[in-house]
Parts: sequence; structure tokens; C-alpha cells
Amino acid sequence: MFGFGILTGLTFLPLVGAAFLLTQKGEDEATLRNIRWATLLTTLVTFALSLYVWACFDTSSAAFQFVEERNWFGSGLTYKLGVDGISMPLVLLTTFIMPFSILASFDSVTKRVREYMIAFLVLETLMVGVFCALDLVLFYLFFEGGLIPMFLIIGIWGGKRRVYASFKFFLYTLAGSLLMLIAILAMYNHAHTTDITVLLKTDFPKEMQTWLWLAFFASFAVKMPMWPVHTWLPDAHVEAPTAGSVILASILLKMGGYGFIRFSLPMFSDASVYFAPLIYAMSVIAIVYTSLVALVQEDIKKLIAYSSVAHMGYVTMGLFTMNPQGVQGAMFQMISHGFVAGALFLCVGVIYDRMHTREIAAYGGLVNRMPVYAFVFMLFTMANVGLPGTTGFIGEFLTLTGAFKANSWVALFATSGVIFSAAYALYLYRRVIFGALEKASLRDIVDLTPREMLIFAPLVALTIYYGVLPGQILTSTQVSVDHLIQSHTALLDAVKLAAAAH
Amino acid sequence: MPFLAELTHHFLPEVILAVGVMLLILIGAFRGEKGFSLVDEMAVGIFGLAILAILLSSKQVDAPVFDGAFIDDAFSRVLKVLTLVGAMASILLSVDWLQRNGLEKFEYPVLVMLSTLGMMLLISANNLIALYLGLELMSLALYVMAAFARDDGRASEAGLKYFVLGALSSGMMLYGSSLLYGFSGTVSFAGIAQAVTEQPPVGVIFGLVFLLAGLAFKMSAAPFHMWTPDVYEGAPTPVTTFFASAAKMAAVAITARVVITAFPAITTQWRQIIVFLAIASTLLGSFAAIGQNNIKRLMAYSSIGHMGFALIGLAAGNEAGVRGVVVYLAVYLVMTLGSFAAILAMRIQGKNVEDISDLAGLSRTNGVMAFFLAMLMFSLAGIPPLAGFFAKYYVLLAAVDAGLYPLAVIGVLASAVAAFYYLRVVKVMYFDEPAPGFDRSPLAVRAVLAASTISVLGFWLYPAPVMEAATAAAKSLF
Repeated sequence: MFGFGILTGLTFLPLVGAAFLLTQKGEDEATLRNIRWATLLTTLVTFALSLYVWACFDTSSAAFQFVEERNWFGSGLTYKLGVDGISMPLVLLTTFIMPFSILASFDSVTKRVREYMIAFLVLETLMVGVFCALDLVLFYLFFEGGLIPMFLIIGIWGGKRRVYASFKFFLYTLAGSLLMLIAILAMYNHAHTTDITVLLKTDFPKEMQTWLWLAFFASFAVKMPMWPVHTWLPDAHVEAPTAGSVILASILLKMGGYGFIRFSLPMFSDASVYFAPLIYAMSVIAIVYTSLVALVQEDIKKLIAYSSVAHMGYVTMGLFTMNPQGVQGAMFQMISHGFVAGALFLCVGVIYDRMHTREIAAYGGLVNRMPVYAFVFMLFTMANVGLPGTTGFIGEFLTLTGAFKANSWVALFATSGVIFSAAYALYLYRRVIFGALEKASLRDIVDLTPREMLIFAPLVALTIYYGVLPGQILTSTQVSVDHLIQSHTALLDAVKLAAAAH
Repeated sequence: MPFLAELTHHFLPEVILAVGVMLLILIGAFRGEKGFSLVDEMAVGIFGLAILAILLSSKQVDAPVFDGAFIDDAFSRVLKVLTLVGAMASILLSVDWLQRNGLEKFEYPVLVMLSTLGMMLLISANNLIALYLGLELMSLALYVMAAFARDDGRASEAGLKYFVLGALSSGMMLYGSSLLYGFSGTVSFAGIAQAVTEQPPVGVIFGLVFLLAGLAFKMSAAPFHMWTPDVYEGAPTPVTTFFASAAKMAAVAITARVVITAFPAITTQWRQIIVFLAIASTLLGSFAAIGQNNIKRLMAYSSIGHMGFALIGLAAGNEAGVRGVVVYLAVYLVMTLGSFAAILAMRIQGKNVEDISDLAGLSRTNGVMAFFLAMLMFSLAGIPPLAGFFAKYYVLLAAVDAGLYPLAVIGVLASAVAAFYYLRVVKVMYFDEPAPGFDRSPLAVRAVLAASTISVLGFWLYPAPVMEAATAAAKSLF
């Protein structure tokens, strides 16, 4: 339409919903209901559109599809969108998770509902844009633009220390990203374009690669987040409203991993090999250390936040093994973590809405009053631990296989993380769900409402479905990942040949 | 070209302003105090006419005017439009404020116009004498304007401070100019460019340093920024708006023109000075603003930081750099006008307030204004997709292209620090409990605020006019 392709529609559709919300003024129940349903409808339509894109997507090709390009700023900057096997699943994950986070906010958000929904819709546009952008500056624009709505979401609708958490989130991410901006400019001056498809084929000098890699690393490591720059995440997660935590865990964290696989690995191959030990070390520390930290948390959300850092450690480790198992596993782990961590935060939201506390000590014996909830929570806890039959297992197993091929010591230490994650997750589960129902405040707690069951049902189904039959996700990423690894090894061979010739 | 033809072909906007000023003085003198609103409206109209005159002549070829004293080129035309827009908006914003504070004197628009005329001469100055002429015409009017609220102690202090320091800087600049004349034997920029070779005598370097020191004072680049916070805070807010918008355009424009057209042979030498000014300004602008509670002082430090950023582009010393500077100035102008419109709208029961804490909870008492100001703050912080990001993008691009990596890295890190205090304004408006709401602000203030926010928000949708103008402007300097 108007010379734009379907990806533009997909990216900017949520903004149409946001524009409609602007017309809805007033605080009465009818208006609020309109606002909530209009937002849900927008996210559902966006999801449906992304499914349509998915249906037309050709998984047997590693090329970018649905590419659209327009002149934008003249000199180099173009408006260019497209998806391949790496970004397509992440686009789907984004549009899939959005309706749940909106639905989860129906009752829990009562003040400034309109602004809240607008912030989420704007955020969705920016997130989809990040995964669709095929121009480096356009990517940066979406990547950084997401800070504004998230800052407001944490700061306005967050908990007690929301101001601190929102500032920390914003400034941490901004400082990392600005270094990436310098690297983007340097790349532009080298290649005279910011078109990602061209940059993927550009050969950057070795010396320059090191610096570019470090600058991109600064941004993605913070976003991921990797140890030791992960400290903003627990704060942001704890203070954000439920839906904010879900988006943060399910999608925003994936931008770091996506950045590594889209830019760092293929564009700076030499530097990626050179720095792989650093990544391994940081990933292993993240897996072991943050798992131990999670063990002693007293706040449920904080515990899950630390477990997210540990699981992202598997992703970075898998990516930099540069073998099919590792990279495929990392992609799968990102999707899986999107389901599982999102669902876990929704689980926390359920009891938080009832009790208004996230202290583990305030709960206990919930299984007596909330059997369905206990089941759902159990399932996602197990998926988080990586129990076979859930998505968590596939991702962890593949990344560990990849790591074992690349460096068995790394695999050894990383595997210990699986045990730790079982420890903290089961310990959390026992304290919250099992035991006698002793606390007076919990006597009248009610089980999941139909709306909440509706939220969890698809997540439960998909977690098990993809845990048993992971093929659908794996085939969709396979061709692109193979292509990535092939060109990577080809480049390295060329370097070796050149070195031998001298 | 005969004198009259030069006047009408290449000097028309200046002629319009000059004739307009005399006309307004006559009207003011005959009608006295009652003439204020008429003079004011006419001033806006004359500015509009001047802008129109430039836009209509925008396809013209570059030409020196009056034996090369001035030059009419794409660079000067673009910067003149920006200056005139700044001046026009300042007048629009001032009307209501002046009336409320019992300052509805016709001299105010006259002074604004005189000062703007000086800025336009300055922008197209093509030799050292024309430069000084324009600079003094601009500054003398500004000194008076700073102290325009003459019964207000702070305003008088601001005027005096600005005058004393301004006189000092003028002196330095004259000294530098005389050295340059002595060593090159000419005052024209083109002549200096021919006379100054790659190994210049030390006197030329001395002259250049003094000249740039004087110009840095007008730009309020650190370490010549000392007057800025006090004058911004003390001067009447509409005057501060004018200082922060139009005056900055002219000062940066002439700095760019002098170093690029008069000293192309010694780029490495003047680049050191510009790099130092840029680093000092960005760092000072971002760190010193953290502790400010008065929003006008905050904007003063913010403008110092932004001037530093504009100089990052100039430091590149090439066409891309000048293009970056022009884009930066255009975006900075719009953001500044919008922010000051919001500051002028901060009025509780007829009294203007200036503390950041007065903005508390604005998102609930006046959601639209809070949204506009928040977007301007994010844009000032350089967050995409707002216009402020693209401004930073183009100056950094030029700096990186010229290999000035340390400068670019310091610049972006300073802007991350600066983001903190811009966020603080947003935090006060959105996260804090509401303070008493503001009065309904006059139409002109709301219009300027809305127009600038919409331009900042929509810049990425249609950047072509600004980018084309900036590219043409940069090309004409080389």
C-alpha cells in the first residue's frame, strides 16, 4: 500500500491503534473498557498479520525476504526493511507475547490507562522495527527509541523504587548504545552505506574489526544483559509492572542476542573468534554466579530476573561457539526463554495482583487454594530448569552440545548451571506453593480466573509443543544459521590462506 | 554591479529590516506607549517579509556584495532564515510576557530587530571589518535587552555582566583582527586565505586565537561561558529565548565562515582550538547542569553543551562537518524555541515560575504540555527517532570521518551524562505527585510549543528540506 510493503504495515500497525487511543478521552468505565479492548484488538491484528507474513515466508532461503527500500535521508541512509530466518521467529515472538501482556494489564493497571496502553503500542512498533530493520541507522533508531516508552512504563506504573530503576535502565543502556553509534559511523565511513545486506558482505580490516566489535559488544552486552553489566536488570524487573517485566524478559533482552547474531558474528568474524574466550568466560560466570545469587533472593521477581541473566548466558555461549548446534540452540533458547520467562513473570503477576507483595516469605501453601495455578507455575518452573519435554531443555541441550564441541571446559562449567537452576527454581517453588497454608492473609486467595487461564493456556501449550516437537522453530532458523556459519568459516579459511601465502 | 542593484538583489532582507526598524521607531515615537502592539505585530510581519525575500532568492548564485565586504551565498541564506525564525518566534513569545510585567514598550521589538539586523550582517560578513560591525550591532542591542526589565535587580545585573564581559571579548577580537591584518596585509577573508600559508608566522596564530576567543564568548562555548548561566537566569525570559536561539545561530555561523574561508591552509592549527572548545563545552554543559534547580539555568548549561556539539562538527573542517553544523543549528533552534515556550507557559496565578520542581506532576494537570516538553527533552538528549538524534548523528559522522575518534567518544559520553538531567525534567513531570497546575498560556506560546514539538517528532518522516538546505549551505563555503 502506498508503495510500502507488508513489513511496514506490520511495524506501524500498533501506531494506528495508538492514534485511535488518543481520541479516547475520559476516565469513566466505558471509555476504559474501550481503551483496553482496542489495544488488545490492535495487538491481535498485528499478531494475525505477522502470522500471514510467516505463512508467506520461505524457510528454504537464507536471503532477506519481503524486502522494501526507500530513499530516506539521501546520502547513505535508506529506509530498508526485510526479514530472514533469524529475525522472523523473533518478530513472531514479539507479536505473540504482546496480547498476553496487554491482557495481563486489564485489571492490574487502573491509573492513566490510556497512556499505559499507548506506551505499550509504541513499544511494540519499535520492537518489531528492531527485528525488521535492514539499515543500520534505522536499526539503531528503533533500538534506542524503545528506551523512551520503557522508561515511562517503569517510572510511571512501577513499584516503590521505580525512579531509581527507570534511570538506571535508561542510562545504562544509553551509554552502551552510544558507543555503538560511533562504530556505526565508522562503518559508514568505511563502506559508504548503512545497508545491512551490503555491510554483511563488506570486509572490515582486522584492526578496525576489533574496535567495532568492542563498541557493538558494549551495547549488546548491556542489553543482553551479560555479567558484570547485568545489574540494571533485577532493578528494572522488580520495579516494572507485570506487563513491563514480561516485555523486558521476553523481547527486549532478545535484542542483545539478535544484535550479536546479526552484526557481531557475520560482520566482524575475526574479532568474534578473537574475543570468543572472553564471551565464554563471561557467559560461564553469568551462568554460575547469577544462579547462586538467585538462590538467596527473597523477592520472586528478582529471583526470576537473575535466572534470566543465567539463561542469557547460555545464549551468548551458544552464539560464539560458531557451530550449528550452538547457534541454533542459542536461537531456540531465545524463543524458549521468551515463552518461559514471560510466563513466569505473568505467574508472579497473578499472585502480586492478589496480595500486592513479591516477598517469597509472604507466601506458602498456595497449592491448597490454587491448584490450577500451582500446576501452571510448576510447568514453567520446570521449563525454566530445562526439563526434557519442555522448550527449556532443547535450548540448553543444544547450546551445551555446541559448547562441548568448541571447548569442553566451558561446557563442563556451564552444565553445572543446570543443576543450580534446578536448585533455585525448586526451592522457590517449594516456598511459594508447597507447605501448609498458614498465613491468614492467604486464606481467601482465589485460583486463576477464566481470563488468566486464557492467558496461560497458549503459553502452556506452546511450551510443551515446541518442547516435544522443536522441528518447526529449528527448520525456520536452520538455513539462515547454516548460511551464517558457512560464510563465517569461509572468511576464516580465506584469512588462514592469506596468512599461509605470506 | 551598480550599488542599487546590489542592494535589491543581494541585500534585500537587510534592507527590509533596516527600513522596518526606522519605520517602527517613527511609529513608536508618534504613538508612544499605545503603539506597542502595533509595533509588535509589524515587527513580526517585517520578519516574515524578510524570510520570504530570502526564500524567493534561494536559487541565486553566490555573489560578493559591496566590494567583497559581505557575501550572499547559500550558507548565509540558510543561516539568515534560521536567525529570522528565531527572532520572529522570540517576538511572538514575548508579547504576553511583556504586557503582564508592565514592560510593553515599543523599544523592545525595535531592539530585537536591530540586533537581528546585526546578526544578518555578521552571518554574511566577508571581511574582518564587516564582522566587527555586525557583531557590535548585534551585541549592543543585546546588552540593552538583557537589562530591559530595568527595575529588576537581577536583570540589571545580567545586563551589566554581559556588557562588561562582552566589551572584553570585543577588545580581544579587535586585537586579534589587528594582528591578522598586520601579518596578512588585508582584512578580507579571501585575502587572508591567500596570505596565510601552511607555515604561518606566530602572529597569525596569535591573532587567530584572540579572534576565536572573542567568537567563543558570543557562542558561550567553554571556557568563555561564564556569563551564560547568570544572564540566562537574570534576563527576562523572552530575551533569554532570543539569546539562546537567534544569537547562537549568528555566532556559530560566523565562526564557521571565518575558520573555513579565511584559514583553509592552517586547518590543523585552528582545529586544535575548536576541538578544545568542543570538549570543554560538552563536558561542562553536561556535568554542571546536573545540580541546577532553575530551569533557565539548566537551559543555559544545556546550550553550552549543545554549542560544544555543534563545534564537534566544525572541528572536522570539511564539507560534511559544516553540513552537520547547519543541521545541528536548525534542530537546536527548534528545540530551544519549544523549550522556552514551555518555560514561558510555566505561570501560576499570573506569576512566572522557574524552578524545575514547579513542573511536578504536570502530566496530570496538563498532559499535552507535559508530553510536548518531554519530547523536547528527549530530543535535547539526542534519543532517536527525535530530531535531536539526527543532529548529533551528522556532526558525529563528520568527526568520525575526519578521524577525530577521541572527540566523538567524549562527545557521546558527555551526552549520556547530559541525558540524566533531561530525564530528570521528564521524571518530575511524569513520576512525581502533582503540584498546582499552570494558568492557561496565551495562544502564541502554545502555538510555538506545538509547532516545535511536531517538527521535532516528525523530522524523521520528512527530513529532505533541512538536509538539502544544509548540503547546499555547506557546499557554498568550500
